[in-house]
Amino acid sequence: MARKLWHFHGGLKLEGHKHASMLAPVEAAPIPPQLIIPIQQHIGAPAEPIVAIGDKVKKGQVIAEMQATVSAPVHAPTSGTISAIEERPVPHPSGLPNTCIMLDTDGQDEWLEGRKTHSQFHLLDPEQLRTLIRNAGIVGLGGAGFPSYLKLQPGQGKLVDTFILNGAECEPWITCDALLMQQHARDILDGLNIMRHAVQAGRCLIGIEDNKAEAIQALSDALTEDEKQYIEIVAVPTLYPTGGEKQLIKVLTGMEIPSHKLPIDIGVVCHNVGTAAAVADAVIRGIPLISRYVTVTGTAIDKPRNLHALFGTPMDFLLQQCNVQRDTVARLVMGGPMMGFEINDLQSPIIKTSNCLLTMQQKDIADKQAALPCIRCGECTRVCPAQLLPQQLYWWSKARDFDKVQDYKVFDCIECGCCAYVCPSHIPLVQYYRFAKTEIWQQERDKQKSDHARQRHEFRQHRMELKKQEDEERRRKKKELLKKAQGDKKDDAKKSAIEEAMARVQEKKQQQNIESKNMDNLTNAQRKQIDEVDARRERMKQDDSQEDTNS
Amino acid sequence: MTGIISSPHVHPRNSVSAVMLNVCYALIPGIAAHVYFFGTGLIINMVIAVATALLTEAWIMKLRKRPIMPSLMDGSALVTAILIALTIPPMVPWWIPFIGTAFAMVFAKHLYGGLGQNPFNPAMVGFAVLLIAFPQEMTRWVHLQLSDVYQLTFIDYLRYSLTNLLPAGYNYDALTMATPMDNMKIQLGLGQTVADMQANQSIMGKVAGRGWEWINLMFLLGGLWLIVKRIITWHIPVAMLAGLAVIALISSLIAPNHYAPPLFHLFGGATMLGAFFIATDPVTASTTPRGRLVYGFGIGLLIYIIRVWGGYPDGIAFAVLLMNMAVPTIDYYTQPRVFGHDGK
Repeated sequence: MARKLWHFHGGLKLEGHKHASMLAPVEAAPIPPQLIIPIQQHIGAPAEPIVAIGDKVKKGQVIAEMQATVSAPVHAPTSGTISAIEERPVPHPSGLPNTCIMLDTDGQDEWLEGRKTHSQFHLLDPEQLRTLIRNAGIVGLGGAGFPSYLKLQPGQGKLVDTFILNGAECEPWITCDALLMQQHARDILDGLNIMRHAVQAGRCLIGIEDNKAEAIQALSDALTEDEKQYIEIVAVPTLYPTGGEKQLIKVLTGMEIPSHKLPIDIGVVCHNVGTAAAVADAVIRGIPLISRYVTVTGTAIDKPRNLHALFGTPMDFLLQQCNVQRDTVARLVMGGPMMGFEINDLQSPIIKTSNCLLTMQQKDIADKQAALPCIRCGECTRVCPAQLLPQQLYWWSKARDFDKVQDYKVFDCIECGCCAYVCPSHIPLVQYYRFAKTEIWQQERDKQKSDHARQRHEFRQHRMELKKQEDEERRRKKKELLKKAQGDKKDDAKKSAIEEAMARVQEKKQQQNIESKNMDNLTNAQRKQIDEVDARRERMKQDDSQEDTNS
Repeated sequence: MTGIISSPHVHPRNSVSAVMLNVCYALIPGIAAHVYFFGTGLIINMVIAVATALLTEAWIMKLRKRPIMPSLMDGSALVTAILIALTIPPMVPWWIPFIGTAFAMVFAKHLYGGLGQNPFNPAMVGFAVLLIAFPQEMTRWVHLQLSDVYQLTFIDYLRYSLTNLLPAGYNYDALTMATPMDNMKIQLGLGQTVADMQANQSIMGKVAGRGWEWINLMFLLGGLWLIVKRIITWHIPVAMLAGLAVIALISSLIAPNHYAPPLFHLFGGATMLGAFFIATDPVTASTTPRGRLVYGFGIGLLIYIIRVWGGYPDGIAFAVLLMNMAVPTIDYYTQPRVFGHDGK
């Protein structure tokens, strides 16, 4: 069907390298002896472990719960025993380790009983669907890992006009979404229907790059007559980064998401095809998010392929399934070559956002030349999909002039890497922008902190000032009262003052008794003795007072 | 900066030196035409300029305690030297290309911080210095090396360059002449009409000076190839030629006898060399798409103004240098609309 499509500025035509990894059928990877399950596999707050070492868990059981709105629970991908909860290397751009739940698998792969299935999902209301999706730990599987239920919550008074499913998969080498679309087209459409119901959307568009003819065909074949009324499968031109949310929405609808706004602000909700399949699994079959398709590919692999891997599977284990020679892998990247990040430890686990393991040989990275000065050629400007001036951003980032960097809209940069890719001087431009962004965030945090401290300080001064005034007022009144009293009841006043003072002394003495320090470190026996003495004393006191009242 | 390797992890095999080498290849047709019409003097000047540029570059990098080889290999010094040589008349003493190139490298390039940092086009600074300091040497070109005059051999050129000696029996004036561009201006000043001038095809050629129009055509071909190869974008050359053509057209429509037609300006002097190879120097040009149009158009207008009403025979160098000064302002006011932001 010919449909009017729009263009975004710039972009790159890249060599796809997709064919090789699509030849072999997707198979489930074996269950490794131990799973390394990070408590943070998503954007937001980490989940909180609710299992203890030694606990036996079943497949699908929640092992870490979400503690905040922007978070996601983590489930046991298979049955086994929790052997440790400790810091392990995890896939993260920072390269820093994070807390992981170690699960020694028992090979039984035994499901938790009592899973709830909902084949009649349209009978559920949107809130119930969101809860199911949230509890299944579903996050965006396209790579960002943002909790999906939040993106299905349009908010008060916001109508969803268009629901977009992102099957563009524009990064070279990655094919997991393409194969998922080919093999699980029905699941993806079911997930789409569920999510459409959850946000009460009208029309649905599925955007797929036109280099994936089989996927487009499979989804078209799976469409029912009824679905054809509101779902349209759209082949979009293959151009990196069409798979970026902002870019895909522009191509399909002609609308631009205003800077610092969300798709919902223009009536659009956009999810990845993998997320849709996961939603179908969760709602219809009661299967939480515990595994995904992972493309294992790159130049250091003879037979690239896709594997269906459990979260927590060590990357090394997965590479072994493809007979990779460890020493030929000079660099391992999680994600695609344009936006992925380097994995330093092969024992890092597969997580919810691991769409691809890209291996590179020494010869692929050795010819990377040292950066030369920028010659202002403007190639970066030509390819930038956000229509920024990358070379100006680079200039001001390098000069650490962060006000200027923001004037040139660094926060509209999507870090797609097009600029760095075409740079004839081989300047790692994206790295400079990330540096500038983190510096600006840090400065803002510092500023907030100092603002907060200043406010507190000013408030304290204000409070001291008030107290001083109040004290003076009180003193003045007291003086006046005293003066008055001195006139008529001089003796009474004196007497009562003395009594008050004595009472205060008494009170103070008692307090000191209670606080005596020799009571701090006592053995149980001593403690008992003292308790007994105290009790006796209390009794005697009561007796005394009774006597007093009796007399 | 951290030591973490940042995405992207792939690069095409492009580089600054590839860009510069492609520029050199694109100059070949124009250079060949130049040598065909004016003899091998250009080659001698080019060799002197290139040697000077590379030696100066190496010397300064050594002084600045920076690695020498990468900067010699990036090709930028090579391009600057070749462009300077192309602006120098074929028969000059050796110290003309030497001084021009050395000044360009030291003062116009490295005192500003080297590659990528200089606000002014180094080749044009070198040329401007030579033109102001040595106006006589810089404005007299040899006769077209065609059958009707004495043809200077490579040895003649070399001897003149090194020793300032002319071929026996010839004096300097007999071997040189004013360029058609210069000629047009002088004769119009003396009351001749454009039509009178153009009747003399042995000097004025078919449209823009015998020989010169062919050289311009060759530079145009090389320039178009650069656009096809995506080494440069079309914006600056098109805008510059448009600026020049528009003002020339208006003038010649108003007073056809006193102002040469647009084709004379487009294919005369160093127009095409300037449009595709000099104004497009990325370092000193505007970088925004709209800014490049403004920048190019401004150069075109200034070239005409200097040629017709100024004191110099051609105006490329000063037009480019003047617009170089305006680049920061142009860039500031021509920023593209960023995705997701309203237009200005």
